[in-house]
Amino acid sequence: MQLTLWTYEGPPHIGAMRVATAMRGLHYVLHAPQGDTYADLLFTMIERHGARPPVTYTTFQARDLGSDTAEIFKQAVAAAYGRFRPQAMIVGASCTAELLQDDPAGLAKALGLPIPVIPLELPAYQKKENWGASETFYRLVRTLAPAAPAPERPTASCNILGPTSLGFRHRDDLREVRGLLAELGIAVNVVAPLGATPADLGRLGQAAFNVVLYPEVARSAAQWLEKTHGQPFVETAPIGVKGTTAFIEAVAALAGIDPGPVLQGEGSRLPWYARSVDSTYLTGKRVFVFGDATHAIAAARVAAREIGFSVVGLGTYSREFAREVRAEAAEHGIEALVTDDYLAVEAAIAAAQPELVLGTQMERHIAKRLGVPCAVISAPMHVQDVPARHAPQMGFEGANVLFDTFVHPLMMGLEEHLLAMFRDDPEFHDGVAPSHLGGRPREEAETAVVAAAVTAATPVVWSIEAERELKKVPFFVRGKARHNTERYARERALPLITVETLYDAKAHFSR
Amino acid sequence: MTALASALPSAVPCGPEIRHERGQRAVFCGLTGIVWLHRKIQDAFFLVVGSRTCAHLIQSAAGVMIFAEPRFATAIIEERDLAGLADAHEELDRVVRRLLERRPDVRLLFLVGSCPSEVIKLDLGRAAARLSGTFAPDVRVLSYSGSGIETTFTQGEDACLAALVPDLPRSADESLLVVGALADVVEDQFARLFADLGIGNVRFLPGRRAADRAPIGPNTRYLLAQPFLTDTARALEDRGATRIPAPFPLGAEGTTLWLSAAARAFGIPSARLAEVTEAGRARAARALAAHRDRLAGKRVFFFPDSQLEVPLARFLSREMGAALIEVGTPYLHRAHLAEDLALLPDGTRVTEGQSLDDQLDRCRAARPDLTICGLGLANPLEAEDLATKWSIELLFTPIQGYEQAGDLAGLFTRPLARRARLEG
Repeated sequence: MQLTLWTYEGPPHIGAMRVATAMRGLHYVLHAPQGDTYADLLFTMIERHGARPPVTYTTFQARDLGSDTAEIFKQAVAAAYGRFRPQAMIVGASCTAELLQDDPAGLAKALGLPIPVIPLELPAYQKKENWGASETFYRLVRTLAPAAPAPERPTASCNILGPTSLGFRHRDDLREVRGLLAELGIAVNVVAPLGATPADLGRLGQAAFNVVLYPEVARSAAQWLEKTHGQPFVETAPIGVKGTTAFIEAVAALAGIDPGPVLQGEGSRLPWYARSVDSTYLTGKRVFVFGDATHAIAAARVAAREIGFSVVGLGTYSREFAREVRAEAAEHGIEALVTDDYLAVEAAIAAAQPELVLGTQMERHIAKRLGVPCAVISAPMHVQDVPARHAPQMGFEGANVLFDTFVHPLMMGLEEHLLAMFRDDPEFHDGVAPSHLGGRPREEAETAVVAAAVTAATPVVWSIEAERELKKVPFFVRGKARHNTERYARERALPLITVETLYDAKAHFSR
Repeated sequence: MTALASALPSAVPCGPEIRHERGQRAVFCGLTGIVWLHRKIQDAFFLVVGSRTCAHLIQSAAGVMIFAEPRFATAIIEERDLAGLADAHEELDRVVRRLLERRPDVRLLFLVGSCPSEVIKLDLGRAAARLSGTFAPDVRVLSYSGSGIETTFTQGEDACLAALVPDLPRSADESLLVVGALADVVEDQFARLFADLGIGNVRFLPGRRAADRAPIGPNTRYLLAQPFLTDTARALEDRGATRIPAPFPLGAEGTTLWLSAAARAFGIPSARLAEVTEAGRARAARALAAHRDRLAGKRVFFFPDSQLEVPLARFLSREMGAALIEVGTPYLHRAHLAEDLALLPDGTRVTEGQSLDDQLDRCRAARPDLTICGLGLANPLEAEDLATKWSIELLFTPIQGYEQAGDLAGLFTRPLARRARLEG
């Protein structure tokens, strides 16, 4: 058993859900106990989907255990087909159903549905989310894009593989990469899984080559397509100016196109921003990078070679990509950290003493605890990392976003110098509250603001009980509650605020 | 999946129309209760014995709380644990030892069963007894099940509290026990009201600390503060305690009826009750008036979630003038909810259980003004232009009692007010 508080990845069936939810016309029937539907809200809340994920759960309960669960599964598959009429289905088990003796593959096959029904074997006690997404996509491609005699393929055509639901910035990365390919004159045949139907997967063979944006999801499928359809693939992540340039050169070479005009185009603001004098204070700042392999490697390269930071830590939770991350760490003269235990990450960050952390949602919190600036560059992410604005990591616009993302948590250079020069200035040292609060410690300032807002000269006295009751009000509305109660007491000339007064005021102002 | 819906003769003549449904259920499992229980019992730790799915669920449900050194974790079962059972107990001992070394402040440890631990028949009860022996007297170790196959959402709290009951000391003194985790501020208000009424010896289950164990016995009367405490009630009755039947303290009317049931049981004159509750009733009435205009005549649809649905529906219909289209509940305890059911309008459609797609069809056909549902359904229904109120907030927000009646109504009016603003 592994003692776990925080997990970087969900179980493998969550990866399968990410592929199913990204696609259209595909339905997933998951043999799972009641409660496993919690996964829906990752999609409806974090990504704000306006539709339920295309997943039917059997949601069996204790009373169903025994032969009943197989019957429930068959009924669920039949009902899902009847209701949603998908072009294809995937079926499988979650961790609990894996322990039962039911056979989703056999049970689904027995129904003889007139569509492809693809069984998934996702070992929940060995593998994790990204592996599940990769395996699901591979099985789908293998089944729906069978090897066929090579069709007439225009050389300047490709598929884009890898974007999924709940992928870090996949939506906007795709827009950037499509733009780059359009500028080069390369036609995009199919994008998958995101936005593709099972029928679209059947057309994968009609492109000359594949572009793999996220190897964590699409490398297996791309390798299979290379073997069976003779399609080479590009795996260079177009992250940062140098990464984007290398990507453009690689796809242009495969398409037999001159990349020159595109490379001489607008490009990115990052190189000039990084050269401008205000950025000199960024030189050699110590950065710790952790995330999935693709994003961690790319962020470390941009940090070191394009912004001039020193990478003092590099790691990943993706064991499948440990080799690549170790090789990259060696380039920075350090040893990679490959772990899915956040306590090990926390210890490594504390030991490396970085001035900036680039990581996942978890590193954001570790950095907060250690008082170090931080930016998020990789899943797992929270709702604020699925922004309304266009915010890619890839392409030339992605490079602009990265510069802002990496630099904003740090203090602007000038401010930093002033702090160093006037360290003991009573109004201007790093221990004071923001200047608009008059440089007093926060709590005192809060009371002062409230007091300043009150013009009446009558003092108001709080009883000890009422003061204690006020402390139970959540801190972010406590100031308002105090102010309202005092105003209420003043207006009625009450000499003492009691617990009753507090609630009388609450009722009065709740209108 | 085919839904088995059948109208059964209801226990309450011409009362609500109670139906049962089976099929796909979009609900949380009992593990979710840990999210608020670990805040309530301040020196308890909750160790789930389960899979990565369980860890992922709690992480998703606990949102940002996971980073404040929370007092819960998952012992993730790995392949080698599945290979042989004997080894699983040694593994568990190792994990617990490591955990308690890291957290010496913990006084009470719950081993929480999950679907995987139950399917492989891992005996957590025995493990808890063994570990209690090892770590006594510093740490007591108890076990309960929060698995999805056994429990729905708030039933996790029921299982947890039921596990605490055998552990309570015995006493023949007359006492009142208020059962169900309430926000501290609500608990304090109720404690003051009971004291003013003259009911002495009032205790709460769960206590705020592991050492805070209410003595119970044949002269203990208990009052349920939450509607989902079936097993806890049974465990209390096994120890000789008697239930005071009452509707649940939601809204002004609910709170008054709940308090008066206790007052009657302890022979407090009704004049005294009126006097003690007068200020609270007046305040609640003022606070509720502000919201009634927005909710009066609005058609409301409840998806099943927490078992709070029936008392909430009673509050919305009687105190806010809302019309009830359907009141879904994951489980219906007829006896515990008898008083609330009796107060629902005749013919109210109460559905126990769920067949998700069929229920969604009914909801879409009815086009309610407000749908109370979980977070997996809320945004999809909003995208279909149906106003929703996400139900989990009703568990994480203080809503019981007089002083919170206005806040409770506000939870339902806010989505409507927001839509009005955005459309204005």
